[in-house]
Amino acid sequence: MEYLTVLQILDSGLRLATPLLFACLAGLFSERAGIFDIGLEGKMLISAFFSAATAFSTGSVWLGLLAGIASSLVLSGIHGLASITFRGNQLISGVAINFLASGLTVLIGLSWFKLGGQTPALQGNARFQSIDLPLADSLSGVPILGPLYSEVLSGHTFLVYIALLCVPLTWYILFRTRFGLRLRAVGENPAAVDTAGVSVVGLRYAAVAICGVLCGLAGAYLATGLGASFVKEMTAGRGFIALAALIFAKWRPWYALYATMLFGLLEAISNRYPSLDLGIVTLPSQFMQALPYILTVVILAGFVGKATPPRAGGEPYVKER
Amino acid sequence: MSEPAIELKGISKAFGPVQANKDISIRVMPGTIHGIIGENGAGKSTLMSILYGFYKADKGEIYIAGTKTSIPDSQAAIAAGIGMVFQHFKLVQNFTVLENVILGAEDGALLGPSLTKARKELTALAAEYELNVDPDAVIQDIGVGMQQRVEILKALYRQADILILDEPTGVLTPAEADQLFRILHRLKDEGKTIILITHKLREIMEATDTVSVMRRGEMTATVKTSETSPEHLAELMVGRKVLLRVDKKPAQPGEKVLEVENLKVVDSKGVVRVKGISFEVRAGEILGIAGVAGNGQSELLEVLGGMRTGTGTIRVNGQEIDLSGKHSDARSRRERGIAHVPEDRQREGLIMDFKAWENIAFGYHDDVKYQSGLLMNNTAIRKDAEGKIERFDVRPANCDLEAKSFSGGNQQKIVLAREIERDPDLLLVGQPTRGVDIGAIEFIHQQIVALRDKGKAILLVSVELEEILSLSDRVAVIFDGQLMGERLPAETDEKELGLMMAGMTSEPDGPVHKAVEAQLAHVHGKAP
Repeated sequence: MEYLTVLQILDSGLRLATPLLFACLAGLFSERAGIFDIGLEGKMLISAFFSAATAFSTGSVWLGLLAGIASSLVLSGIHGLASITFRGNQLISGVAINFLASGLTVLIGLSWFKLGGQTPALQGNARFQSIDLPLADSLSGVPILGPLYSEVLSGHTFLVYIALLCVPLTWYILFRTRFGLRLRAVGENPAAVDTAGVSVVGLRYAAVAICGVLCGLAGAYLATGLGASFVKEMTAGRGFIALAALIFAKWRPWYALYATMLFGLLEAISNRYPSLDLGIVTLPSQFMQALPYILTVVILAGFVGKATPPRAGGEPYVKER
Repeated sequence: MSEPAIELKGISKAFGPVQANKDISIRVMPGTIHGIIGENGAGKSTLMSILYGFYKADKGEIYIAGTKTSIPDSQAAIAAGIGMVFQHFKLVQNFTVLENVILGAEDGALLGPSLTKARKELTALAAEYELNVDPDAVIQDIGVGMQQRVEILKALYRQADILILDEPTGVLTPAEADQLFRILHRLKDEGKTIILITHKLREIMEATDTVSVMRRGEMTATVKTSETSPEHLAELMVGRKVLLRVDKKPAQPGEKVLEVENLKVVDSKGVVRVKGISFEVRAGEILGIAGVAGNGQSELLEVLGGMRTGTGTIRVNGQEIDLSGKHSDARSRRERGIAHVPEDRQREGLIMDFKAWENIAFGYHDDVKYQSGLLMNNTAIRKDAEGKIERFDVRPANCDLEAKSFSGGNQQKIVLAREIERDPDLLLVGQPTRGVDIGAIEFIHQQIVALRDKGKAILLVSVELEEILSLSDRVAVIFDGQLMGERLPAETDEKELGLMMAGMTSEPDGPVHKAVEAQLAHVHGKAP
């Protein structure tokens, strides 16, 4: 395999990993606060739709991004209301959100654009353009590292860099700030937070809101950065893959980066080689396309060793003596 | 006379139809240890939760140091200088001690400065009050005694002047409890006010200056500890005279009912828990097995009850029973006249989410009188259950309540009613009064003695030495899976049994005995 091919796969892997990384960090904030969220998928989907639709209608990708985040936040609010305020079952609420998003996007899309649930293709300023990092051209001549910088790291859209920045930022917030300490505590033992005089409900809503913003970024990236329009069910299970990555990452930000990169890379490989000739056998395209999903199942089946989820995860907080 | 540190006036609180606190008024003077004693469910914890802002009172006023204060949430309580150590600690298991201490009391948005400051202050507090903890230890790795010290430090770090401790010794070993009381006295000497909630008379007598008694949601009395006695307090708590000692006639042992020979038990990890022990229990006597928890007494009871397999010989009424084969289950044991009141009533004795009448039928549900063709005769079961609940004075006497809605003592009465009313030849009973109120303890002890007087054999396992001494006709001590010897309760005392429980078999005044005593004295002298 040529070096250039490797670089191209890495480049594509990074792009494909970005929505997973956003979603994974979104889930991380939510679950660290004790709110399980299987509605990542639905929030990404609705954000993808509204960002594409708004970007097309206004011609501004930035307004699209805001609309995507706002729509995702609305679904987050519903999840918060159901699972925090009304102490409902978080899994059921998450499932409901996925259905809601899947239905709403198609329904609104049909009546708005009459294109069978899609949005028209986005062009020009209605899409995120790729950014060339400084010195990308001049450094490309440096052996090995040069092309790595100019081919893999440079030339992505704004949101890819934001996603990468979110990793250290998440780590810093979780482990170096008061908010992070309380957030982690509320996912482990909300009673400890409550008796320390801090609002459990407030913290959990904050976490769910952050989750909404990050899912919004993930969805907007899918429709306006990675793709150039909204397509029906375009998230294609990425929300669930992000959840698998979150477990794989043991609810830690840096591991989340590695886990989502692995998934992104697998997807890139299966895109690049529809059927992979290993010499002895040729892996059929169906297998290659299923690869990220197979890995998800394998990881969820517990091949990752012991991962301890936040202790109070999934449990509504009820005061007791 | 100075202002009271806390004064509650006319506090009332109801949970639905249950009036948990009725018009309660109390004055706690500064710089004292004020005990609040009462049975489980008397409303002690509710009252303190109101004071800590966990619940909101329906009526009543709170005065802190003479000023009327409203405490809508825990934050307000902390601001008013109140700290609370809950019965179940409110610590984050995977955080360090330091992180737990600063949680909610951080100085700024970033953790760094808070942690540095807290470390310094923790060291100072630790030195001042002998509250030794390792600030960097993770909570899940440290023992309950140290976890409790972390809870106290949390309160002190928030500059609490008033410290409420809810049943603080429930999880502690006797030595840890002693240490806790030394710390509390130290805090009192520094001018802190301490409220100690407990249902243990001994702790009240040893540690407090003043004691308030609660019964069924009401404050029945507040007295100076020096002017009262355990008997008097028990009467105030229960509302009638209570026998703190068991009143029983001498035993009249009859035939051998249970014979155990060379019993060995190996647990699932391959550890030998019971190392070949032999004993017998006769009709009409209670054999008490004393020992520190974890020395094989639980496994012994479980093998006899058919919950575990073992090797050796066990005969009941002269007939050998199956220890590891097809008939080594609990049902076969029951058919042989063995009834079992397991040590952990909530896990093994009851199904907590099932109703009382269902629980009373468990284990005996295939009894013909419970059947009606292919179906269960629920009417018959309920009728039977109602009778048992009445005879065993289970409160509330409502067999439609789920097991979990009864207090510990009443749960135990349900289990006892089920087992004793089957008229077994042999009753196995483990920790009969763990987590049970004084009033219920008296009743449970009476039932066990009454069964003995009917000529039944009873094997009692308890970690409470007092209980062993007062109930048993003979006492055997178990240590490391072996019996260290037998004593008659009248001819021994807690000290001798305590030594045997630590593995000493020597005669009193023998060389080993003296050496151990010297060692114990040394340990006690050295401890702060």
